[in-house]
Amino acid sequence: MGDKGTFWMPEQASKMAAEIDSLFYFVFWISVIFFVGVIGAMIYFAWKYRHRPGEEHIPDPLPEHKATEAAWIVIPLILVLLIFTWGFKAFLKLNMPPPNAYPIQVRASSWAWNFAYPNGTSIGTELHVPVGRAVKLTMSSDDVLHSFFVPAFRVKFDVLPNRYTSVWFEATQVGEYDIFCTEYCGTGHSGMLGKVVVHTEKEFNEWLQSSGQGDMTPEEYGQVLYTQQNCIVCHSVDGSPGVGPTLQGLYGRNEQLQDGSSVLADENYILQSIVEPNFQIVSGYPPAMPATYATLPAEQLDALVAYIKSLAN
Amino acid sequence: MSAATNSDVGADAPAVHYLNHDKSIRSWLLTIDHKRIGIMYLVSVSIAFLVAGVLAMLVRYELLSPGQDVMTAETYNKFFSMHGIMMVFLFIIPSVPAVMGNFALPMHLGAKDVAFPRLNLASYYIFLLGGVLVVIALFVGKVDTGWTFYTPYSERTSDAVLFMTMAVFVAGFSSILTGLNFIVTTHKMRAPGLTWNRLPLFVWGIYATSIVQVLATPVIGITMLLLFLERLLGIGIFDPALGGDPVLFQHFFWFYSHPAVYIMILPAFGIISELIAVFSRHPIHGYRFVALSSVAIAFLGFLVWGHHMFVSGQSAVSSIVFSLITYLIGIPTGVKMFNWVATMYRGSISFQTPMLHALSFLFLFAIGGFTGIALGVLALDVHLHDTYFVVAHFHYVMMGGTVIAALGGLHYWWPKITGKMYNERLGQIAAVLIFVGFNVTFFSQLVMGSQGMPRRYYDYLPRFETMHEISTYGSWVLGAGLFLVMFYLLASLVRGRQAPANPWRAATLEWTHATSPPDEHNFHHTPIVTRGPYDFRAVELGGGDGHAAHAVPGTAAPTEA
Repeated sequence: MGDKGTFWMPEQASKMAAEIDSLFYFVFWISVIFFVGVIGAMIYFAWKYRHRPGEEHIPDPLPEHKATEAAWIVIPLILVLLIFTWGFKAFLKLNMPPPNAYPIQVRASSWAWNFAYPNGTSIGTELHVPVGRAVKLTMSSDDVLHSFFVPAFRVKFDVLPNRYTSVWFEATQVGEYDIFCTEYCGTGHSGMLGKVVVHTEKEFNEWLQSSGQGDMTPEEYGQVLYTQQNCIVCHSVDGSPGVGPTLQGLYGRNEQLQDGSSVLADENYILQSIVEPNFQIVSGYPPAMPATYATLPAEQLDALVAYIKSLAN
Repeated sequence: MSAATNSDVGADAPAVHYLNHDKSIRSWLLTIDHKRIGIMYLVSVSIAFLVAGVLAMLVRYELLSPGQDVMTAETYNKFFSMHGIMMVFLFIIPSVPAVMGNFALPMHLGAKDVAFPRLNLASYYIFLLGGVLVVIALFVGKVDTGWTFYTPYSERTSDAVLFMTMAVFVAGFSSILTGLNFIVTTHKMRAPGLTWNRLPLFVWGIYATSIVQVLATPVIGITMLLLFLERLLGIGIFDPALGGDPVLFQHFFWFYSHPAVYIMILPAFGIISELIAVFSRHPIHGYRFVALSSVAIAFLGFLVWGHHMFVSGQSAVSSIVFSLITYLIGIPTGVKMFNWVATMYRGSISFQTPMLHALSFLFLFAIGGFTGIALGVLALDVHLHDTYFVVAHFHYVMMGGTVIAALGGLHYWWPKITGKMYNERLGQIAAVLIFVGFNVTFFSQLVMGSQGMPRRYYDYLPRFETMHEISTYGSWVLGAGLFLVMFYLLASLVRGRQAPANPWRAATLEWTHATSPPDEHNFHHTPIVTRGPYDFRAVELGGGDGHAAHAVPGTAAPTEA
């Protein structure tokens, strides 16, 4: 992690952050000067012209000065137009990703983030990006409105269910930075968090080659995927039933199916249940699992199977 | 209290006045007296303020530390939604116009009542119906949408949202009718000689507000109706699942709700103009500029709704135009600020409770305004949008601005409304407590917001804990100040000393020509006005004893028939 930020602004970790902060502090100091001027005058007048006991003088009305009124229309107008122009120019930069920006697809759903890379790698919660390279996120939502916000990058944009929106940034520092959802989306809104993990170009490529596995064992990687891919939402690992059956002790168990038959849960059964979930429905559970997991890369499926095997009794 | 030479004149209570000429319950419930209707509004909106305020304290208490403290995430979401909905639709929108507008506007005009007294009563009962629907929605189920009802979330959560949208729809009619009534009253009911340039600035504020109420409120009605139809009949308007567009909802919502911000703040500007002039004993500086800036704000207020949507998916071009117009609104607002401070220059300033609130308003509203400028900067808003910076900004404007001004106005008119003086020392202590508590609560929110703390979060990262703690402690001081106000105002009804007709030596007609509390018909005879609303010298020389027996020079009383 780099600097810790200032009193007002968090650490800067993107190329735009410094400019946004200069803009903030420009507006801040102009505001402070005007505030001290106006409120200082108010306090000074309140003290200087305070009513003194026994004094019964009625002050003379002040004539209206057209020049004064004009001055405090024109001077603020010039200042705000200056501020507008600067804000406008920076806004254009925020809205114009460089044409060679690295593309990543973002899907938001209540209450999780998912990031898909051009090589097919798909990962939840953690957005891995290379340092010093423009990245463009194309975002959409599966359900209600969400909003993608990384304070350290000074970028934010709403994520909508009926169209693509996008943000771009260029990370300047290796490290981890918070992702917040900033459009209210229900009970889990404040838990809809994520992390941007900024790598060096070399580390990023290695990470991408391993589809995000890094140097983890298949079991460890499977455990990470279990959370990232939201398996955790429906399948517990502590034996408690959820929307779907628990994964605890699944491997090697005889599963009762809806059609009355039973099947031994071996590697092939587990793999098939992930990629083709409605082929064999376990008795007592609805056929609710989406078929989207079929698109996971082979090494991720292997890791999930390995993880589920490790949960055997 | 600094007793003025003539502030005890007329201190004997009139034997018969609007509060006691008929004491039956029926005479209250069916009253068409604008003053009694104002009191009924005062009681109703005070209850809404109390409930919504307690909800806010609970929300702040939950945020004292990360994780669960006293309530679940679902309860928290319901509480902050109810806080927002009740504060906006049941408290702040009707607060100044319906309470103080009802009481003071006709008296400022030298009129016996508003133009349509029965419509006025109807508008109160419509408001009450809206309030009842809110309470039903509270008990029927969870309304956890925030006060903004953004689609499609608001269409996927509980059915209680339907009751809530109906409540907003109904309460809107009350707002429209009140606005209509005040516009006609201001045009047609002014006393002889009361030209537009002699109108108190409070009247200008209420007048500008009324125009916005009449023109903008129908849009929220239509929006709520569309939401209702979409949910009940499945017509695709806002829900993408049905082919609708959620951003369209935001346009409709803010097309009303941004002007609504001016419905909330313009009457407050009016009160502040009165208070600063009266307690500085100086006519307001740049009267015409202050008056017309209200109208300019009302007009420009219709053209800036898109500044709530810079990161919503609206086109970048729209965002740029909306940002530019947003700055233009800062100009008339600045004109007001400068003129208020200039009014104090070479005045003779006393610091009774209403003036303390007015000074507090200038301080807090200035912060609200400057943070608004920061939020209007396109590139900065991208970072600040939907963080606590926004929450703090609109609380500085709505609470630091409108609520503080309303408190100032309530203390200012309290002797006229009730005929009783409250405890001045307690009033001053409460004003300071509220000022300090407010800043502790909300300045910390400005800081954590620009640091990236998102709004509407039940739980938060440990690095925001210190600021959340400070904010919650501040809310206790703020709450203590407000409860103190409630305590001594209620106590004054029982133990307060009889108020003189004109305790502040003000120059508007309700003080110079009416008793405290006023007669059922306000004035014994219609005042004839030949001077401005801030001619304090005339009051000093001649009278202002509330009976017009010693007529203020230039306000000749016709001989009674």
